[in-house]
Amino acid sequence: MSRLTRRSFGALIGATSASLATPGLLRAQNAGRLVIIGGGFGGASAARFARINYPEVEVTLVEPWPSFITCPYGNLILGGKRTLPQITHSYDGLRARGVDVVQDRAADIDYTAKTVTLESGSVLDYDKLIVSPGIGLRWDAIEGYDESAAQIFPHAWMGGDGSQISTLRQQLEDMPQGGVVGISIPGNPFRCPPGPYERISMIAHYLKEANPTAKIMAFDAKEGFSKQGLFEDAWGELYGDMIEWIPASGDGQIVRVDVENKLFISEFGEEHRVDVGNVIPPQYAASIVRDTGLADESGWVPVDARTFAAASVSDVHVIGDANIAAPLPKSGYVANSTSKVAVAAALAEVTGRDAPADPVYFNTCYSHGGDDYGFSVVGVYRTTDEGFVETPDSGGISPRGPLSELADNRRLEAGYADAWYESITRDMFS
Amino acid sequence: MSTPRVRLPRSAAAGEEIEVRTLIDHPMITAVSSDDPRDMLANFTATMNGETVFTYDFGNGSAANPTFTFYLRAAAPGDFTFVWTHEDGTEFRAEESVAVS
Repeated sequence: MSRLTRRSFGALIGATSASLATPGLLRAQNAGRLVIIGGGFGGASAARFARINYPEVEVTLVEPWPSFITCPYGNLILGGKRTLPQITHSYDGLRARGVDVVQDRAADIDYTAKTVTLESGSVLDYDKLIVSPGIGLRWDAIEGYDESAAQIFPHAWMGGDGSQISTLRQQLEDMPQGGVVGISIPGNPFRCPPGPYERISMIAHYLKEANPTAKIMAFDAKEGFSKQGLFEDAWGELYGDMIEWIPASGDGQIVRVDVENKLFISEFGEEHRVDVGNVIPPQYAASIVRDTGLADESGWVPVDARTFAAASVSDVHVIGDANIAAPLPKSGYVANSTSKVAVAAALAEVTGRDAPADPVYFNTCYSHGGDDYGFSVVGVYRTTDEGFVETPDSGGISPRGPLSELADNRRLEAGYADAWYESITRDMFS
Repeated sequence: MSTPRVRLPRSAAAGEEIEVRTLIDHPMITAVSSDDPRDMLANFTATMNGETVFTYDFGNGSAANPTFTFYLRAAAPGDFTFVWTHEDGTEFRAEESVAVS
């Protein structure tokens, strides 16, 4: 077990408050240098956690975008329940804590010399490196779907500058009455397993008022999906027959798109004309870990379950969507909660403190089905020598049943989801 | 329900290996563990120019929405017929041709 007892945890918080109040008390950051690549759910959480709990370590965060737009709650923009500024987060809070936030992109990593070369040409030395770069999109996987096609059929699956989710929202607003929204959903594994289905729900939520005769056709490369029963209950209860979900066995896998003619073409050659197309393509880890040899043939990075250390090199820990940690899902929650274990494991050596010996990981994924209509799935995981394992008889999923009986439950969970979003973004950026 | 789907190349070089994929949506209800009436396909057969190139008898272990992928080499142009036969004798058919040069 970790030696971080309740008492010393309290003392740490006290020390942090004091040092914030009186900068003169800041400890010298001479124990070592932690460089973090990627300022999302994994990287921002890691930076904040390291700065608070390891004040003797210098923390540098490399992130190409000036601010962070969360994928969670992005679907609520489509539903008209949030605006882009409401899900955009500044790095100023981390800067105020003493994190050196470098707005640049990591272009190369030398795992022997222990340096990160940035796109601008500057080079950062590290003692320990945390890599949390997120996903890359497999542009070659669906024929005809490349970066220019994504301007017509947005993926809206990475925050970036926010233009993808804004474009998709605008297209929904501009769609003719009775139009068809096509959504192409990839096979596993991919970022945010329930995300596409929350997206379907939020698009339906918008269309129900704005375009009630519109249809949503969701083409899936899979036979089933996360929280399927709960989503299908919500769709039936809230949106009538607006939504059609087509599994792989119904020829739901989209293998080609034609943006000029607005076509989705299925595995067996059926052509579907859509007015708005949202293509969520198959994914792999971001290029920085694939190009530097950390990812295996799956396109993702295998890691040690107790430390998130990359299997193939020393002093490098890979967290967030870029790693393979199944059965942990690729979620913001997992990136956040595992980031702390990765930081503690990485910094144990340089600070002389103990690494977490028997970590426990948690995940909660909330989804919004409509107004006052939330539900969730919770997982608890531990480690064995074989890797990550789900703890038996733990976790759970929201109850199913008629909305007339569960309205209170759904309303409460929608509120819990909002509270979760507030909490986790503060745990990243405040 | 029970829409037969087939994917294979429109053309191939003589002797080239081609991939044939088939899918039919069908519930394949065995009625072993439910009160629903039995509703099962009995056989799938693919023929090329009248000659059987692939055949399979379904049993209670067959999953819903059966899909097959198989490979063959065509030396000459092929007219393919794909037939799924229900236990009640109903046939679901698909036909495709491959130009071979």
